[in-house]
Amino acid sequence: MIKFFLMVNKQGQTRLSKYYEHVEINKRTLLETEVIKSCLSRSNEQCSFIEFKDFKLIYRQYAALFIVVGVNDTENEMAIYEFIHNFVEVLDEYFSRVVNNV
Amino acid sequence: MVVPSSKLQDLIEEIRGAKTQAQEREVIQKECAHIRASFRDGDPLHRHRQLAKLLYVHMLGYPAHFGQMECLKLIASPRFTDKRVGYLGAMLLLDERQDAHLLITNSIKNDLSQGIQAVQGLALCTLSTVGSAEMCRDLATEVEKLLLQPGPYVRKKAVLTAVHIIRKVPELSNIFLPPCAQLLHERHHGVLLGTITLITELCERSPAALKHFRKVVPQLVQILWTLVTTGYSTEHSISGVSDPFLQVQILRLLRILGRNHEESSETMNDLLAQVATNTDTSRNAGNAVLFETVLTIMDIRSVAGLRVLAVNILGRFLLNSDKNIRYVALTSLLRVVQSDHSAVQRHRPTVVECLREPDASLSRRALELSLALVNSSNVRAMTQELQSFLESCPPDLRSDCASGILLAAERFAPTKRWHIDTILRVLTMAGTHVRDDAVANLTQLIGGAQELHAYSVRRLYSALAEDISQQPLVQVAAWCIGEYGDLLLEGSCEETEPLQVEEEEVLALLEKVLQSHMSLPATRGYALTALMKLSTRLRGDNNRIRQVVSVYGSCLDVELQQRAVEYNALFQKYDYMRAAILEKMPLVERGGTQDEEAKESKEAQHSEAAVIPTEPQTSKLLDLLDLLDGTSGAAQPPPPLEPSSEGTSVHLLDLPCVSPAPASIPNLKVFEREGLQLTLSFVRPPGTPALLLIMVTAINTSEADVTHFVCQAAVPKSFQLQLQAPSGDTVPAQGGLPMTQLLRILNPKKAPLRLKLRLTYNHFGQSVQEIFEVNNLPVETWQ
Repeated sequence: MIKFFLMVNKQGQTRLSKYYEHVEINKRTLLETEVIKSCLSRSNEQCSFIEFKDFKLIYRQYAALFIVVGVNDTENEMAIYEFIHNFVEVLDEYFSRVVNNV
Repeated sequence: MVVPSSKLQDLIEEIRGAKTQAQEREVIQKECAHIRASFRDGDPLHRHRQLAKLLYVHMLGYPAHFGQMECLKLIASPRFTDKRVGYLGAMLLLDERQDAHLLITNSIKNDLSQGIQAVQGLALCTLSTVGSAEMCRDLATEVEKLLLQPGPYVRKKAVLTAVHIIRKVPELSNIFLPPCAQLLHERHHGVLLGTITLITELCERSPAALKHFRKVVPQLVQILWTLVTTGYSTEHSISGVSDPFLQVQILRLLRILGRNHEESSETMNDLLAQVATNTDTSRNAGNAVLFETVLTIMDIRSVAGLRVLAVNILGRFLLNSDKNIRYVALTSLLRVVQSDHSAVQRHRPTVVECLREPDASLSRRALELSLALVNSSNVRAMTQELQSFLESCPPDLRSDCASGILLAAERFAPTKRWHIDTILRVLTMAGTHVRDDAVANLTQLIGGAQELHAYSVRRLYSALAEDISQQPLVQVAAWCIGEYGDLLLEGSCEETEPLQVEEEEVLALLEKVLQSHMSLPATRGYALTALMKLSTRLRGDNNRIRQVVSVYGSCLDVELQQRAVEYNALFQKYDYMRAAILEKMPLVERGGTQDEEAKESKEAQHSEAAVIPTEPQTSKLLDLLDLLDGTSGAAQPPPPLEPSSEGTSVHLLDLPCVSPAPASIPNLKVFEREGLQLTLSFVRPPGTPALLLIMVTAINTSEADVTHFVCQAAVPKSFQLQLQAPSGDTVPAQGGLPMTQLLRILNPKKAPLRLKLRLTYNHFGQSVQEIFEVNNLPVETWQ
């Protein structure tokens, strides 16, 4: 099950956050900073799946934007990876050149 | 004056134009004031615009709770633009903890039954996002009605709302069971995907639903089959795979249904084989489907051939250059290694390759998997690989790797020498990261391998000479040098190169360890004890050792100081005992090494207190017991006992059966009948003035045995009497072994002693009972 969905820019500012399970407001910011830190510190050679507390994080980078999805254990990481790409493609079709405007 | 309200786009431009955070905040605050005023005025026309701006501001992180009631008003309005923003606001601003959310239940109900698809869609969306348990209960039937509506747009949303309702209120799942079967016949992939998710949720939550849905396995198989075998369809194809998301969902549901169920698993076998072999693996989508297939095969009761196929697919993933795929392959292999060990063994070389990955999460997985793959046949090669990994791995993996190697070595070591070598190498490389009991394990291991003593002490000595910073290594080395120092100095050992070691060098090394600031207090303790042991093992004189020991007698560390003082005492007063105390240690039980160390120091402590060592004492006690059992109450206590009772701590002698001190009270014969004589002997132990010990001795000089002899005693109330168990209940005939029984009488008030005895026994075929009071009790018994 997807727990949360984040869109973060390279400076670490959250552009979009959607939580599918209730998390307190102040805990959200804490969670986001930690997640962003672990994603931004990865190099290109490392794989896109990170283990973080009791979630698995799957992230994908598009130019200056990181899309991070947190899932629980039962989810197929590669399917989510594909899903993120699908999402971006849909936004792209609908809004055109979505990545560069954020 | 009504200020014309700006549109959302203007507001966004304004906010973007602000150069600093403070400026942005100013703009927003001004706008919020406007919005608040507008809400107060209740302008229906522009309300939606105001709320839209408020929602944008909320997204940036500013408080927006004053818009909640406006959402309700907007939702209730008949216009679509109002409803749209209102529902959006409700989803963002209202949640279960706000009391206002229940108020929208009615609006949602009305909207659901309205019949306009867009509106129904909005309502369903809101319900599935923020629906609380009460709301769900109220609206479940409405949602169920919508499940079978014509028009996939509403049905899709209704199915997803149903999923949410079930998550919130599992008891309502019964409502949604019947429509599912029909929904599976859908053509529209969106509805189909939703249905599969719904069924998955139902099955996960209730075993009854699981049984119910096993019937649809053939149908699911059919759907997946069509998906896989149909050609390219523009609507659903992602990089060549036809709707991978749906495929993955179906596979997951099949996994849940097939788990532990033979029949369903059989139906799925062909399909899974087909999917596994026919999916295009050049792109990520195909790999995702393949991965899910592998997981499913592993989980259900599949045939062996299929499982091997799955493991091979995982092996193929490992060779792929894409990191992500390698990662999932390693994770799944780890899950599978317990059940399909031999299949995974075939891929061992690839796994070991992955150890060299620069990526931390990959190498961690590879490490875990390699450790799981070690068995008795490949242990040498594997430990080799793991050790080279240990040298280069990142620090957080070091301790796991070290403990893993040690564990594997323990389980599969082919020879003791190899085992010791391996542990030695691990300690040298990653000494600080090993677990605490590694030291204990190693010392126990070395202690047990007698033939390797010389070899190990040499290796350890050379390792120590090079580097004294790795604490566990230093501890083990110090212990070994102490124990087997004589072997070290002997000269030759055929298994290592000849190493000529001088006594002075050894002592110098140990002193270096003692003085180094890198050594932990425990290590220093080991080194000091080792020095002491060497004092008996080395042939030269002990001046240097004595010096060191006396220096540490004033050390600040309490443990070291105590040890040094005791060892000093050993040198000075108890030199004759030094050799005995510092003998080679016997092999200890697992976990006993620490106890032995403690026992050693406790023994030294005893010698400090100037008490006779416990060994001779135990033997003397046995003598005493023999005496008590043997001849009748001798007035003279056994002579060897005298020195022990002479004024040293009595507490050491608190063993059962306290030894009586020399007493001068004469014995008393109290009873005689037909050859059976009863004698009392008295002892007053000097340490306890109120205590009187009476030994009752029965001798039989007649020709028949006395059997079932029971002696009972009674004393006045101010006394306390304790009868200990008699030595037997038969007094053999003709002066055979007498029967004895000990009576303990406590007389705190020093009152005159009166004693009544009752005897029952069988003699000459008759049972006899005698009760009498003991007269003529000597005064010394109670004064």
